[in-house]
Amino acid sequence: MPQYEAGTFDVIVVGAGHAGAEAALASARMGAKTLVLTMNLDMIAFMPCNPSIGGPAKGIVVREIDAMGGAMGRVIDKTHIQMRMLNTAKGPAVRALRAQADKVLYQQEMKRLMEEQENLTLHQGIAEELIVEDGEVKGLITQVGGIYRAETVVITTGTFLRGEIIIGDLRYSSGPNHQQPSIKLAENLEQLGFETVRFKTGTPPRINSNSIDYSKTEIQPGDDVPRAFSFETTEFIMDQMPCWLTYTTSETHQIIDENLHLSPMYSGMAKGTGPRYCPSIEDKIVRFSDKPRHQIFLEPEGRSTREVYVQGLSTSLPEHVQRKLLESIPGLEKADMMRSGYAIEYDAIVPTQLWPTLESKQITNLYTAGQINGTSGYEEAAGQGLMAGINAAAKVLGKEEVILSRSDAYIGVLIDDLVTKGTSEPYRLLTSRAEYRLLLRHDNADLRLTELGYQLGMITEERYARFLEKKDHIEEEIKRLRGIIIKPNEQTQEAIRNAGGSELKDGIRAADLLKRPEMNYDMIASLTESDIALSDEVKEQVEIHVKYEGYIEKSLLQVDKLKKMENKKIPENIDYDAISGLATEARGKLKEVQPLSIAQATRISGVNPADISILLVYIEQGRIAKV
Amino acid sequence: MMEFDTIAAISTPSGEGAIAIVRLSGPEAVAIADRLFRAPSAKALAEQASHTIHYGHIEDPATKETAEEVMVALMRAPKTFTREDVVEINCHGGIVSVNRVLSLALRAGARLAEPGEFTKRAFLNGRIDLSQAEAVMDLIRAKTDRAMDVALTQMEGRLSRLISSLRQALLESIAQMEVNIDYPEYDDVEEMTRPMMLEKAQWVQSEIAKLLQTSQQGKILREGLSTVIIGRPNVGKSSLLNSLVQENKAIVTEIAGTTRDIIEEYVNVRGVPLRLVDTAGIRETEDIVERIGVERSRKVLKEADLILYVLNYAEQLTEEDLLLFEAVRDMNYIVVINKTDLPQQIDLDQVKELTSDKRLVTTSLIEEEGIDQLEEAIAELFFEGEIEAGDMTYVSNVRHISLLHQAHQTISDAISAAEMDVPVDMIQIDVTRTWEILGEIIGDTADDGLLNQLFSQFCLGK
Repeated sequence: MPQYEAGTFDVIVVGAGHAGAEAALASARMGAKTLVLTMNLDMIAFMPCNPSIGGPAKGIVVREIDAMGGAMGRVIDKTHIQMRMLNTAKGPAVRALRAQADKVLYQQEMKRLMEEQENLTLHQGIAEELIVEDGEVKGLITQVGGIYRAETVVITTGTFLRGEIIIGDLRYSSGPNHQQPSIKLAENLEQLGFETVRFKTGTPPRINSNSIDYSKTEIQPGDDVPRAFSFETTEFIMDQMPCWLTYTTSETHQIIDENLHLSPMYSGMAKGTGPRYCPSIEDKIVRFSDKPRHQIFLEPEGRSTREVYVQGLSTSLPEHVQRKLLESIPGLEKADMMRSGYAIEYDAIVPTQLWPTLESKQITNLYTAGQINGTSGYEEAAGQGLMAGINAAAKVLGKEEVILSRSDAYIGVLIDDLVTKGTSEPYRLLTSRAEYRLLLRHDNADLRLTELGYQLGMITEERYARFLEKKDHIEEEIKRLRGIIIKPNEQTQEAIRNAGGSELKDGIRAADLLKRPEMNYDMIASLTESDIALSDEVKEQVEIHVKYEGYIEKSLLQVDKLKKMENKKIPENIDYDAISGLATEARGKLKEVQPLSIAQATRISGVNPADISILLVYIEQGRIAKV
Repeated sequence: MMEFDTIAAISTPSGEGAIAIVRLSGPEAVAIADRLFRAPSAKALAEQASHTIHYGHIEDPATKETAEEVMVALMRAPKTFTREDVVEINCHGGIVSVNRVLSLALRAGARLAEPGEFTKRAFLNGRIDLSQAEAVMDLIRAKTDRAMDVALTQMEGRLSRLISSLRQALLESIAQMEVNIDYPEYDDVEEMTRPMMLEKAQWVQSEIAKLLQTSQQGKILREGLSTVIIGRPNVGKSSLLNSLVQENKAIVTEIAGTTRDIIEEYVNVRGVPLRLVDTAGIRETEDIVERIGVERSRKVLKEADLILYVLNYAEQLTEEDLLLFEAVRDMNYIVVINKTDLPQQIDLDQVKELTSDKRLVTTSLIEEEGIDQLEEAIAELFFEGEIEAGDMTYVSNVRHISLLHQAHQTISDAISAAEMDVPVDMIQIDVTRTWEILGEIIGDTADDGLLNQLFSQFCLGK
C-alpha cells in the first residue's frame, strides 16, 4: 500500500463516539488544530445501547461536562423526547436528571456542532497504526495509507478493539451494531506494550412500536416542567414522548431456564467479564431465581422511528429464543423484533497504565478515553473524552495539565478510580463511589467547574459574566439571610404554624429559621423584605447552602484533609526499590500505579498506612538531601 | 495518619516508673489540653508563656469530675521535639489514671499517635538529622507488624465479631439506600425510610454505648488478661507472683471505687499484658481457696482469662488438688509444677492425664528455674489465640475506645438528623461514616465491600 502525507495537526482524535466527540470539541475550542478520524461519519455520537442520557451520578457528569464547556448537555437538551428529574423525594445531593434521547437527532446535532466548530476537521478513515518514535507518538497511518501527523493523539475506540458479537452459538468479528471492528489497531497497541483485558457487555432487542399493545403496560411520562442539562439552554422541549413499563412473567423465566444451555454466558462461549450492574436477563433469572418478575421498560428510540428499546431484556440467547421471550411479556405478545439483542466482547486497556491526565505512561503524548479504558456508559465516556481532549490540547498549547480531584467532580472520581485502582469489570459511576457527593451535586456543577472551563477558553465571555452574576447573587443572599433577624410577630408565627413548625419564642436569624426542616426559601423570603428578584437557580443554591450547612462543612473539612495529602507530591523519578521497609505487595502496586501524590497512594489497594508513613519519610529524606 | 492533626500518646514506657507522661503534639495541642486542664489560677494554658510548667487537675469535661492531679509542661513550636506545639501532661497515678487522661485527650480531639509517630514528625519537621531516617522507618515497620499480628489474633475475638455484625447491619442499610439512589425506578427494592434508618441507627448506637460502658468501668481501659494464680497453701503462689512481678516490673495499682483491698498487679509478659487479680488475697492469706472457699473461688476463676495453677512437686496430689482441677476444667489454664529443687513425690503421669491438652511447665522458683518456660507458654497461649479474653479486647484498646467514641458521635448525629426531617440520603452520610470508623477498629477498610453487598443483595439493571 503506497502511503501519502494526509495532513498535520496539533491533536488527532481517533473515534467520534461520546468520548471522541467531547475530546475533539474540547481540543478545538481550546485553540488546538484538531482532526477527528472516524471509520464512519454517519455514526458520530451513536448510541449503540439504551436511548437515554443521565440518571444518578451520570446526570451529574453531564452537568459537569457542560459546566466546563463540553457538548453532551447542550446536544441532549435539543434532541430529547423526554426528561425526568429522579430522586426528587431525596436530598439535593442525589437528585439527577435523565433524558430519553432521539438517537438520530442526537447524532445529527452532535455532527453539526463538530462540523461548525472552528479548528476542527472531520475525516472518515480507519486508523491502523500509530507512528511512535522513541516512546513518543507522532501520528498515525490509516488503512488506505494516509499518514496523519500530530503532536498528541487521543484514542477513543470504544468497544471496537477486536470486537466480537455473540448471539447464541454464533460468534463473529464485529464492532457494536454490526460495524467494522478495529483489529489492526488492537494488534498495534498490543505491540506497543499495552496490557489489555477482555470485557463484555450486551444490549436487548428492539421492537416495532406498532406491534406493542400499550394497554397492557403502564405509562411513564416525563416531567411536565421545563428541564435542561446545560446551564446555557434557554429553550425547552415540552412536547414529550412517554416510556412504558411492563414485566417479565413466570413463562419468561421458564423459557430462559429451558434454553439456558444455548446462552453463550452459560455455555462457555462468552469469556469476557460483564458488568454486574447491567446483567443480562439470563443472569437476573439465574442469580435471583426467587424474584417472580423483573421490570421491562419500553423506550422509544426517537420521534422519526418506530423502533423501541426493550430496557431490562439484555440478552445473547439465539434469535428464536429472544422472540419467544418477547411473546411471554404482557403487551409484547405480538411484538415484531426488528433487531435482536446480542453480547459484545472487546479489548480494553488496563487503565492503571494511564496517568491521571489519561496520557499513557508508556507512550508520551498518547491519550486514551472512554470504553477503551474499561468503562461503560455514554456519560463516563464523554467525561473522559473531555479531560483527554483538554490535556492533549493543553500539552500542545503549552498549558498546564488539568486533573480533577475526587472533591471537584464525579469525573475526578471516575478517572482517579480508573488510574489508581483499575477495574475488574466494565466500570460504571455510582453515587456511592463519590466520598463527597454532598459537594458534587448536579445543581452546583457550574459553581464547581465553570471557572476552570473559562480559564481553559471553553466558556464564552457572555456565559462567564452570567455565571459570575449568579455567584454574586448567591453569596449576597446568604449573607443577607445571616444578617437579618426575623421577629416573632403574628405574620411570622402564622407562616410557621402553616408550615407545621413550632412558633418562635424569640427573634431568630433568617438563615437559622431556614434551617428548620419545614421551612423553605420562599417562606423565608416572604418574611424578609428584599427588592432583588432572584432566579430559581439562585434560590435553590441559597436554600441548599443554608439548610445543609452543617453537612457541607463536615464534607469540606474532609476535603481539606484530602487536599493536604494531594499537595504532598511524590517525585516523578522515585525509585520504590530503593525504599527499604515497604511491604512487597505495596512496592509492586506503587511501581505499577506510580501515584502522583500521597493522597493517590493511600487509595491503592494493598498499600497500608505503614507503607504511606515510610513513603513520606523517604520523600522527606530526599527533599532534605537535595538541599 | 498525616501530620497536620494533633496526636497524643503515653510517651513513657508502659509498666515503668511511677510517673507517666501523656504527650500531645500538633496545632491543636494547647487547645485540647485547655479543654481538660484546670489550674488553681483558672488561667488557660493558651495564655501562658511557652516552656513553662503548670500545676493543676485534669477534669473530664463531660462530668466535671477530676481525673488526675498533674503537672503540665507547655512548649510552643518550633523549639520542641516535634517542632510543633507540644503539651506534656505528667501523671503519677499509674497505668489506670494515665490511660484515663489519654482517653480524655482523645475524646477532646486528639488522635492516638501511631507507633513512632512523634519521632516521625520530628523528622519530617526537620528536627532530627538524616541518618536517623532508617531507624524511624524500622520503628514504624517493626511496631506495626507486631501490632498487626496481635490485630489478627483479635480478629478471632469477640470484639471483632461484634463490630463485624454491627457493620454488616449498617452495610445492608447503606446498600439498600444506595440502590434507592442509583436505581430509583426499581420497584423490587424496598424504599429505605427514615423510621427504618432510625431503628437501625438506634440499635447500633446502643450497642456501641454498651461497649463504651465496659470501657468506662475500666474493664477495657486497664488492658490485660485477668489472671489468677491458684493452688493449695504453700505451693509457691506468692513466689510465682513475685517472680513475674520482679522480672516484669509491675505497677501496683489501687482501683478506686471497687473493693479497697483488692490490689492488682499489672505486668507485661513478653508483650502480653497480664492483670494479676486478687493478689492481695494471695499475699495476705497465701491462699485464695482458703480465704474465700471453693465455691466462691469458682466465681473468681470464671471471670479470669487465664489461670496459673500451681502444684507442689514435692508432695502427692491431694483431694483439694483434684477439686481444683475440676474447678478449672474448660478454662484457660497453665499447670505450674513448682519446687523441682526438692525430691519428687508427685505422680507426673497422673498430672499429665489430668492436664490433658493444656500446657504444663515445671519450675523451681527458689532456684529461678522454669520462669522462662512459663512466660513462653503464656505468650504462646495468647498469640495463638487460644485465650479469648472476657474483656473483649486486650491490646491497643485506647485506640479502640477513641474510635468507638467517634462512632458513637457519628451514629448519634445520624439519629438526631433522622428525628428531624433531614433527607434519608443525608442521614446516610453519618451512617456510612460510622461504618467506616467501625471498620478501622477491626482493620477492615476495604472499600469494595459496599459494591459487593450492593450487587449480591439486589438484582439491578437500569
